[in-house]
Amino acid sequence: MRTILFILEKEFRQIFRDPTVLRLMLLMPVIQLIVLPMAADYEVKNIRLVVLDHDKSTYARQMVSKITSSGYFLLDGSMSNMASAMNEVEHDRADLVLEIPADFEKNLVRENNSQVFMAVNAINGVRANLGSAYLSTIIRDYNESIRLKWIQQPRSNPEPRIETTNSNWYNVHMNYRQFMVPGILVILLTMVGAILSALNIVREKEIGTIEQINVSPIRKHHFILGKLIPFWIMGQFVLTMGLTVARVVYGIVPAGSYGLIYLFSSVYLLAILGLGLLISSYVQTQQQAMLISFFIMMVSILLGGLYTSIESMPVWAQYITRFNAVSYFIEVMRMVVLKGSGLRDISRHLYTVMGFALVLNTWAVLAYSKRQ
Amino acid sequence: MHIWRDKRTLFILFGMPIAQMLIFGFALTNEVKNSRIAVLDPSKDQYSTRLVERISASNYFDLQDNLHNPADIDKAFKKGDIRAAIIFPEHFMDQLLHSKSVAIQIIADASDPNIATTVTNYANAIIRDFQDDLLNNPSYPYTIQTNVRMLYNPQLKGAFNFVPGVMSMILLLVCTMMTSVSIVREKELGTMEVLLASPSRPGLVIAAKALPYLFLSIINICTILLLSVFVLELPIRGNLILLMAESILFIITALSLGLLISIITDSQRTAMFISLVGMFLPTLMLSGFMFPIENMPKPLQIISNIVPAKWFFIIVKAVMLKGLGLAAIWKETLILFGMTAFLLLVAMKKFKIRL
Repeated sequence: MRTILFILEKEFRQIFRDPTVLRLMLLMPVIQLIVLPMAADYEVKNIRLVVLDHDKSTYARQMVSKITSSGYFLLDGSMSNMASAMNEVEHDRADLVLEIPADFEKNLVRENNSQVFMAVNAINGVRANLGSAYLSTIIRDYNESIRLKWIQQPRSNPEPRIETTNSNWYNVHMNYRQFMVPGILVILLTMVGAILSALNIVREKEIGTIEQINVSPIRKHHFILGKLIPFWIMGQFVLTMGLTVARVVYGIVPAGSYGLIYLFSSVYLLAILGLGLLISSYVQTQQQAMLISFFIMMVSILLGGLYTSIESMPVWAQYITRFNAVSYFIEVMRMVVLKGSGLRDISRHLYTVMGFALVLNTWAVLAYSKRQ
Repeated sequence: MHIWRDKRTLFILFGMPIAQMLIFGFALTNEVKNSRIAVLDPSKDQYSTRLVERISASNYFDLQDNLHNPADIDKAFKKGDIRAAIIFPEHFMDQLLHSKSVAIQIIADASDPNIATTVTNYANAIIRDFQDDLLNNPSYPYTIQTNVRMLYNPQLKGAFNFVPGVMSMILLLVCTMMTSVSIVREKELGTMEVLLASPSRPGLVIAAKALPYLFLSIINICTILLLSVFVLELPIRGNLILLMAESILFIITALSLGLLISIITDSQRTAMFISLVGMFLPTLMLSGFMFPIENMPKPLQIISNIVPAKWFFIIVKAVMLKGLGLAAIWKETLILFGMTAFLLLVAMKKFKIRL
């Protein structure tokens, strides 16, 4: 026990001796947590629209004003020919071109049938799909209203209609920040923890101080524990600051209990730090440690379910996410903060991450001792 | 010489971008598919079962649970099992046929608002289709037909958006990280003194540090492009030479950024911290490939301008997918040039001060 205390003293001294890293470690997550969640809104709105109106009839004008008043579209301008409209799309000044052919009104009245054309920038497929669907819906509604004007007789036998009512639970106002802030906090916590611990042992190797520890009577698991505990405490501290920012800046108060978040984070941090130490004991230079942790971080963050949904991924990628501790914590955060889930609801996540922590740390101890 | 000596680093450097392009090219999509849903259908008549079948047959939804009483809804959500619940009323068919109107309730788990909106839209669309089929009278008078043409990406593949995004992200981060460590490493090991004492000019030292990484990154660009064309089936519609030239410019921007970080820090740990923790999320979130920049509040739109990946993302989309020439992207190119010049200038200045 006393050896651990000595190692702890050494580790803490090393951390506090380097105030730049300490400042970065505390400031960077806080700043990013304040700024970045505001960027995270991928609702399809503000679609920039160019209208090519060759008809210039009353109907065409009515339809366009109906589209612009819907709130989804920003009218970028009216062009007179297709080439200049496509030019707008090419230069990323417009997402969607609506072309109303000449004789639009005449065909509609005389031949009962008229056409409009849409060209959508589909590089972002989902945005293109939803944008054109919105536009089609508005045109269909407009179509409906014309029809009602022309067919005067009241319907004696109305068609059966299915009404749908939509409700959004757990986040009634559809506030993106409620969802993104806890998620981003998890990512920041993970990066800080994993990188610090990954750089740690290898740094001693590079500087050469690892030899001194190897020849001293310190036991391997004492050494690993001595490395783990300081970072674990720092991690909890970063989490606390993050939760404070969430509460003060964004007014996010968990529907569940803070205790549960800390319970999970204490297990989670063990897993992440274990991963870092494992990387650290296998590589020879800090550069390698950084590259490997960058690779693992990027995969686990992008596949973590915060940015894109896990169910939409191909099956093999879903298997990868089962071994991704980040996705478990993001889900737990979402459950506890937004839905108020209790201990029983998250027990599966807790046990899984506990398993990760156990395996990774045991492995780290073994990997370290091999190198002696 | 330093670089070649270290076989393991070299292996990681080449292997990593390949693995990442493959994983993200296939796995990332902001489409919402296979969402797990639960259905509460107390009527279980002919129409309601048909509608449920239609919903679960679509590849947007995955029917997870048949609930039996309203109290179970909350439980199912809290366990995190389902994204949405669809609630039918009792006597669905009777109400539809006799009172001509019936209500279905869709409850979405809005703890992820993006997915909630999409899931609700899909469910509504399926129900509307179902209703149209029931009505079954196709020829209305006064019909406006809409013809939609999807430009550049007619199959609406997710990779068209994500590949240029991931490409700019990987290039920027890997290049910056590698160089940011290079000079500071010499400082830590003490070999910097040797270099400075030698008669070579500081500019030369800096250039010599960056060159091998430039070379490595060009190889990486080639593998990434080969992968995108042959494995991810993306077209290169524009001029390949232009694309390469722009990529090299972007790499130089990233290398200069790395050099600057390397010069202003004094330990590898600090350098890595800035280039990884400091740059990862801002690049991911502000470059425009994850979240549309138009949706961001004004201050963030302005901040996004200093993210080099944003400009390269625009360039890659324009040259590779839209097939445009230099005339369309001269502004973005100029911005990258400007950034590079600025970064190099600051780096030189700081470097001399330390002499």
